[in-house]
Amino acid sequence: MRHRFDVRIGPVGFRVGSDWRGPVAQLETLYRDYPRPEDGIPDFTVRLFAARPWRRVVRPSVMISGDYTIPDAAPLPLRLGLLAAEMGMNLQMALAQRRYLLLHASAAERDGRAVLMTGVSGAGKSTLAALLMARGWRLMGDEFALIDPETGLVHAFPRLISLKNQAVAVMEHALPDGRFGPPMPDTPKGDIRHLVPDARAVETMDRPASPALILFPTFGHEAAERPVLPSESFVRLTQASTNYLALAERGYDALTRLVTTVPARAIDYPDAQTAVAQVETLWEQTA
Amino acid sequence: MSGTLLARIMRDPSQVEALDADGWTGLIAAARAEQMVGTLGHRLDGLPMPGAVSRILADARASAAQGRTAALWEAEMARRALAKIGAPVVLLKGTAYVAAGLEAGRGRSIGDLDILVPRDAIDGVEAALLSAGWEWVKPDPYDDAYYRRWMHELPPLIHRERDRMIDVHHTVLPLTAPITPDAAALVGDSEALPNGLRILAPMDMICHAAAHLIADGDLAGGMRNLWDIHCLIGEFGTDGLEARAAHHGLRAAVLRAARLAVDVYGTEIPDAWHRRNVADTLFKRRLLARDGWGRKTRKLTEQGFYVRSHLLRMPPKMLARHLWTKWRKGYRPVG
Repeated sequence: MRHRFDVRIGPVGFRVGSDWRGPVAQLETLYRDYPRPEDGIPDFTVRLFAARPWRRVVRPSVMISGDYTIPDAAPLPLRLGLLAAEMGMNLQMALAQRRYLLLHASAAERDGRAVLMTGVSGAGKSTLAALLMARGWRLMGDEFALIDPETGLVHAFPRLISLKNQAVAVMEHALPDGRFGPPMPDTPKGDIRHLVPDARAVETMDRPASPALILFPTFGHEAAERPVLPSESFVRLTQASTNYLALAERGYDALTRLVTTVPARAIDYPDAQTAVAQVETLWEQTA
Repeated sequence: MSGTLLARIMRDPSQVEALDADGWTGLIAAARAEQMVGTLGHRLDGLPMPGAVSRILADARASAAQGRTAALWEAEMARRALAKIGAPVVLLKGTAYVAAGLEAGRGRSIGDLDILVPRDAIDGVEAALLSAGWEWVKPDPYDDAYYRRWMHELPPLIHRERDRMIDVHHTVLPLTAPITPDAAALVGDSEALPNGLRILAPMDMICHAAAHLIADGDLAGGMRNLWDIHCLIGEFGTDGLEARAAHHGLRAAVLRAARLAVDVYGTEIPDAWHRRNVADTLFKRRLLARDGWGRKTRKLTEQGFYVRSHLLRMPPKMLARHLWTKWRKGYRPVG
């Protein structure tokens, strides 16, 4: 393809090919401090391409594909090319990651131990992880937590933090010196702006951590918390995993081990600052 | 061209020594696009390779092993659903290869469950599957009527809990195709596995693989189907193959598939079969049309084979009517 960008995020190498320079230039800027894939050989290929040759130029529209693809992925306008690249990388992980149990969760680490936060889209996974990073936690990832079935450890996947809607302003305020991507209004998922994980998150991304606390946050209610039994945690995490079924017995063993050894809590929160205080209090109590 | 590279490495794995990082990257992309990465993983197992590749291929082997378990389980589910009917149930393609422990099944990706049953048992099979949790995928009445009237299989069914498809065949080529294999002989000469499910007799297995590759479809995924044929010939030889193929009307298809297997994977076949045919070049070009990004290349050849696949399936007038109906319903062939 005309333009190419290679990057390693945690243990996973990617190659992004693009018909346009724009998305690749943005990736180069935002991922400038990240390493290249190990041995120069990426785990996954992502392709951003024009559906027809002239659509490279006329009303340019970005189709997303790669090693693994879904048949009816909707194209994005070229101004959202960066988002398309991120979606393409997530798609490879969701469809084909087999080395780790993939949990749709954000993760942050302190003292070698990690809190995992999972929930439906809009629950505040990314925002909470970014705020914890702003308060000195090590960000391990805002989208996927990778559980190694052999060791039970969580591996970092610190891709660009995807902030949506009100979270953009919250983080611009919390991290005035943070490095942000271009504002992308009116995407299919609302207004999006990426935040680059801090230097520490990138430098230490090869260091796994022991999971120590599982949280199921829900935004929009008075502050509250309740313990979550391993059985409920198990069911909710099977739903939050894209490859639980594909990993079969390894997935079952890894998840069983996780939910039976790590305490879990559901928390309701009215605003992000309250949530961070709740997380840190729970961390002191349980982890 | 990474399709060519994939063929070369499958044929002679020692050639990986010469690969650089981009060579490996292209090889893996092409193997994934051709659904052969698990097979490649087994083919290269134990050879020296970069750590990154070794992990990717270990994942691919594990994935294929899980796919094998799931495929065999799906076959077992069908066996239980159909046990009371008493009709022979013959496994086809990938599931048959892994159920029989054949070389072609090693690392192979397996999608749907394909079975062959006698035509007069098809109503009972359909009813039994529907009552055991399978449902129609295509609720469109035209599609349904099309399958039932013209095709060699029932409209695809999907299991509502396991989300797995089953294709129930009563023969191996569409009823409208000019070639009519002897479906009764395929079932009649099939061989029983210990669990009561059946597989085609060895020469019929090769005939079916060749029919599937050459006389049906547009050669999409052809590298893997050709690898099946390469492995089947390697395991079973070719004694009696030509006569059996002729019996099914598949002599030309089998000979072409064999020639292509020689050309692409270095299969050993009888000398007399080596006669070259000018169209072989086109088939080979279509088979290997894959670049280092895993993209299909040679769009024109692909379009040609797309049209050919339809002409093989039905006479031109009928094809025109079919395409017109599909067009009105908004179906467009996409690249």
